[in-house]
Amino acid sequence: MELNTEVKPGEKQYTTLNLGPTHPATHGIFQNVLKMDGEIIIDSEPTIGYIHRAFEKLAEHKPFYQVTPITDRMNYCSSPINNMGWHMTVEKLINAQLPKRVEYMRVIIMELARISDHIVCNTVIGVDTGAMTGFLYLFQSREKIYEIFESICGARLTTNIGRIGGFEKDFPEEAWYKIREFVKEFPVKLKEFENLLNRNRIFMDRTIGCGPITAEKALSYSFSGPNLRAAGVDYDVRAMNPYSSYDEFEFMIPVGQHGDTYDRYMVRDEEMWQSLGIIKQALEKLDKLEDKTSFHADIPSFYLPPKEEVYNNMEALIYHFKIVMGETDVPVGEVYHCVEGGNGELGFYLVSDGGRQPFRLHLRRPCFIYYQAYPEMIKGGFLSDAILTMSSMNVIAGELDA
Amino acid sequence: MEKPNLDEVITALKGKFGEQILQDEMLYDYRTITISKDSIVPVVRYLRDHERYQFGYLTTLCGLHYPGTAQPFGMMYQLHSLVHNLRIRFKLFTTENDLQIDSITSVFPAANWMEREAFDFFGFRFKGHPNLKRILNVEDMDYHPLRKEYPIEDRTRFDKDDTMFGRNASDFNRKKLIP
Amino acid sequence: MSDIETSNIKIVKSPDGYEGPGFFATSLDKVVGLARKNSLWPLPFATSCCGIEFMATMASTYDLGRFGAERLSFSPRQADMLMVMGTIAKKMAPVLHHVYEQMAEPRWVLSVGACASSGGIFDTYSVLQGIDQIIPVDVYVPGCPPRPEQIIDGILNIQKLVGSESLRRRNSPEYKALLASYGIE
Repeated sequence: MELNTEVKPGEKQYTTLNLGPTHPATHGIFQNVLKMDGEIIIDSEPTIGYIHRAFEKLAEHKPFYQVTPITDRMNYCSSPINNMGWHMTVEKLINAQLPKRVEYMRVIIMELARISDHIVCNTVIGVDTGAMTGFLYLFQSREKIYEIFESICGARLTTNIGRIGGFEKDFPEEAWYKIREFVKEFPVKLKEFENLLNRNRIFMDRTIGCGPITAEKALSYSFSGPNLRAAGVDYDVRAMNPYSSYDEFEFMIPVGQHGDTYDRYMVRDEEMWQSLGIIKQALEKLDKLEDKTSFHADIPSFYLPPKEEVYNNMEALIYHFKIVMGETDVPVGEVYHCVEGGNGELGFYLVSDGGRQPFRLHLRRPCFIYYQAYPEMIKGGFLSDAILTMSSMNVIAGELDA
Repeated sequence: MEKPNLDEVITALKGKFGEQILQDEMLYDYRTITISKDSIVPVVRYLRDHERYQFGYLTTLCGLHYPGTAQPFGMMYQLHSLVHNLRIRFKLFTTENDLQIDSITSVFPAANWMEREAFDFFGFRFKGHPNLKRILNVEDMDYHPLRKEYPIEDRTRFDKDDTMFGRNASDFNRKKLIP
Repeated sequence: MSDIETSNIKIVKSPDGYEGPGFFATSLDKVVGLARKNSLWPLPFATSCCGIEFMATMASTYDLGRFGAERLSFSPRQADMLMVMGTIAKKMAPVLHHVYEQMAEPRWVLSVGACASSGGIFDTYSVLQGIDQIIPVDVYVPGCPPRPEQIIDGILNIQKLVGSESLRRRNSPEYKALLASYGIE
């Protein structure tokens, strides 16, 4: 869009406003050139790619197990879901069967990650409506989730959690304790946060009817995740194509009605409760399980052995060498695996030519796909609504720009 | 009414498009159909508008590059029928001199940015695309980086002054980066 | 005086100088440095993952406000310290350079995380290999992403630089030559 300063008599004059790429209200690197009539948005043109990091090209040059750190940095609010999605893709390729215990452990980690993702999104909606308190309150709970991740894998944010075939080691006692503590404490904190916002008149007036999208539009733009569910479509990968034993869990899929900011907020809010329920069920299932020790599948030619064994055990050394040097036979083929990420269907399309690296890895990034509907959603609304719409869509720059 | 399965869908597709369906295979849990290059729009439209199958959701699409084959460039499309939970993948292949492919943006608006991405990475020209320009890379980039012949590092890079990895330190010139 | 001694609120120590009844003499450098370092206004330039850790740094558990940086300045013109957090792609490089140019002297730059410092794991065609290619950097914070404690440590290091900076530094020919090498007038 070009700034047209020439105004003919009798013609309406519009303002061109450049929002971004570094605007404090956009929470990331998004540029929008807006055509404004007063405070009403007439048209907008988004530009993306400001943190394009070439994930897909990079993945073609990394062995399978080294792709995991790249997936961390896609949706960095919920890295573990990305990690697990990638592990499951490779496991599908090599046809690995995982012990039930590993699958339940994965479910716990993924649901914790979903909660931490939704905390960021919902508290930021609060910040954008002027309610900083919720952000300060709930981020303490988020720190607790970080501590759990930290005791399991050593990292807080970009977790690189797990290996192909399971986990690198069993969860320490401390982690189990922290998970149980979190399940006990978090409902109180979340309830407190809900009391601040859910039925808050100012918040409701501000968010209801802001940036709406209909179910038909959302589907034609291939929305997924909470944004699609807020529009009223009950599509959830966990229920539709269950992975990692999700079919054994009972949970509800909350749906909204109008697809506006308030619905998106409420859907995410309810999903946090559902995730908590899933974690509780997983803990129960783990208690009932006879197997109390296994933390990885029995696939020695793909699962990197622990270092102590590499140094003391001939076989482990051989497998370590084979995996690292790319001597193992990887099946040739194509797989697509999708998981329900924090923002929707996170898909990995992996083409393997039998080498140690992927031949081609295409990432279906939910943000990238639904962000293109943004101009349509903000058209005719106020500029301040556009900011809210963006934060409630939870567009993550790292995932958007690959 | 019984739910449709993928075999039924493929029989219907073969009946409707005949020669255009080149190959039909099962890759892991995904049915993959290779079709001729020009038939993508009618096939996708047929499946979307079919009142029984209702493939109304475009999961993803992306470009492919297999150098050294007769038709090295390819596109992959994945459709999803949310009503019946059926997923299907389409592929088409073409040569380097014939990268013009019909755009499916008229069928699925979601294809808009995905096709721009495929153009950006592989250089496919989508006929009928409303706004075909680079999306992730800088506008003045002169190659399509995801093609296999290009290295992961920038060929023309001068901003990395490590002599150890084959790049020449004397090429280092930070001024080139500043507008 | 006695109030301060008994309370547990920490007050910054006064700089070295000559003290007598009713007067205190020290150099202007030290006074200005003292004032500047304890009231830095950071400009967060958060692009990716490190930005989320920055959010944690600002939030209740770590609370950057304890170090005199409570007030985030989202406008470059009022900011003292540019905190670059996250990957800077080549598409973004001119924007970052522009933001730096808009800041008023004196200005300091904190490069948070591996990507901003060196490109990190992203040695690819689209990523700038370190922001020091386009703007001068004062303190680097390693980590991918760094922990909030590390970010705070980086800020404390910037504060050390600020507190000990001579008032003439920004007018010196060396400093001008440094800026000129980055194409900044």
